[in-house]
Amino acid sequence: MKRLLCFLALTLAAILAGCGKPDFSDAEKKTIASLALNTLPLLKPDTTNRFADVPAAAALGSTLFFDVGMSRDGAVSCSTCHKIDRQFQDDLPQAVGVGRTNRRTMPLAGVARDPWFFWDGRRDSLWAQALTPLENPLEQAGNRAAYAHYIKARFGERFERIFGPLPDFSGIPLNASPLGTDAEKAAWNAMSDAQRDAVNRVYANIGKAIAAFERSIEPAQTRFDRFALDLFTGAEPKDGAAFSREEILGLKLFIGKANCVTCHNGPRFTDNGFHNTGVPPVAGLPPDRGRIDAVAQAEADPFNCFGAYRDGDVSACGELRFMVKDAPELIRAYKTPSLRGAATRPPYMHAGQFSSLDEVVAHYAKAAPSVEGVSEIHPLQLSDRERAALVAFLKTLSE
Amino acid sequence: MRSVRQNVVRRRGTGLASLWRYLLAGLGLAALLVGVLAVVYLTAPQSAQPIAPDVSRTKNTDNGLFVASFAPERGVVRQGELQSWLLTLKTKAGAPVEGAAITISGGMPQHNHGLPTSPQATDYLGDGRYRIEGVKFTMSGWWQLHFAISATAGSDTVLFNVVL
Repeated sequence: MKRLLCFLALTLAAILAGCGKPDFSDAEKKTIASLALNTLPLLKPDTTNRFADVPAAAALGSTLFFDVGMSRDGAVSCSTCHKIDRQFQDDLPQAVGVGRTNRRTMPLAGVARDPWFFWDGRRDSLWAQALTPLENPLEQAGNRAAYAHYIKARFGERFERIFGPLPDFSGIPLNASPLGTDAEKAAWNAMSDAQRDAVNRVYANIGKAIAAFERSIEPAQTRFDRFALDLFTGAEPKDGAAFSREEILGLKLFIGKANCVTCHNGPRFTDNGFHNTGVPPVAGLPPDRGRIDAVAQAEADPFNCFGAYRDGDVSACGELRFMVKDAPELIRAYKTPSLRGAATRPPYMHAGQFSSLDEVVAHYAKAAPSVEGVSEIHPLQLSDRERAALVAFLKTLSE
Repeated sequence: MRSVRQNVVRRRGTGLASLWRYLLAGLGLAALLVGVLAVVYLTAPQSAQPIAPDVSRTKNTDNGLFVASFAPERGVVRQGELQSWLLTLKTKAGAPVEGAAITISGGMPQHNHGLPTSPQATDYLGDGRYRIEGVKFTMSGWWQLHFAISATAGSDTVLFNVVL
């Protein structure tokens, strides 16, 4: 009997000891390797922006990014919400520019790798995205004619060295835009086609310069990446790269039972897609239907890939050309955000609905139905220990 | 002397009893294992079951009108990128099917969502080969692509499974 007990105790001890070691199946190891930063491919050229990799354009873009002169009230720049020391986001549930918006500021690490921009993907290139807040009355609230005049007055020579001669602005109103106030719209409509095109061209180049700068903002290596590399090479973890038992459990859940990796996949932890995950709307904000309402905006944007201001040929426009336009699953679908650095930038979701990762995990475990459309997620049985482990793992993507 | 014999008898008796106990314990453990396995098997979610959809790249269409082949144009399937695939249509006799109108739909049956893009037949390359552009698989798992084909010989459908 004693020997039997001894045998049982030894078996149990062996099983328990096995649980504590980073003991992953080959399939798990393959998935972990696919998430590591070293699998991030080199940034592809953006043929729609022939200045994308021109250093002088990126330098001017960084100047414009931080320039509060690029706003109606002279107080707001891109960096007001995309704060350089805060992962290029602002820690607020909804961004505040000239006014308060209805969406959470997105961080910018790796942004040049996105096929679609904004939470709902209403723009199809980084340079077209950069133009949108400039004229949004709640963000920088300017108008494209005013920006063109400002560029000529403030950066004329520097701008011309990169983009070629600026057009003759005599006769172009100081304030005009197809999207502005009634007066600005009237002024825009009174301009000739050539004048409108000249302003649009300067405006597009502003976006191309800012995009060239933003291409340099890339995700940094984290403790998870060091752990994954050690796991892959079989090296002994060093410099704090070893995972605790809780972090290992969290990682196993992330790529296993909790199904997080279904959408949060690849080295940026995103599938670059749009999903309805039943995130509730925020009381007091205007109706927000996500991707379904963004499709028409992307198609109508004069600065989209099919527009006159694209460089290169139309073969770069695959995402726009093969865009899903009317599927019911686009209702309240929002972009899958990258999870790199997420632990240190609450609040979460497209309008900052959740203030902590615990709330996010609780939301995905409960999987409440969507207020409109159908949520793609299903309820999960997660113990308190498992929830805490998932959060512990997510923190390794911020260390 | 007496006590020694008694000892021998007792020891033998103890030996037999402990062997019996080991056997019983072994049976008990086996029963426990079977029980645990049964619970795991019965409570496991559907997705944990091994699924082996037919992933063949060449098939007869549903009504047997055509023989269809579907393969990535550059040979490899890459996750997260727009790719071109080739749909090759032949008659039963092996003649290329020309001038077919093709519409494409699909999705992930286990996730209740459609394709992330709207692939289209964009080009006829001759010899029954049609270029299908805009194919993008954004996650690993079981994808389905459904083709509705309309040609002079008639209309038919075919479904291809792609597992990443």
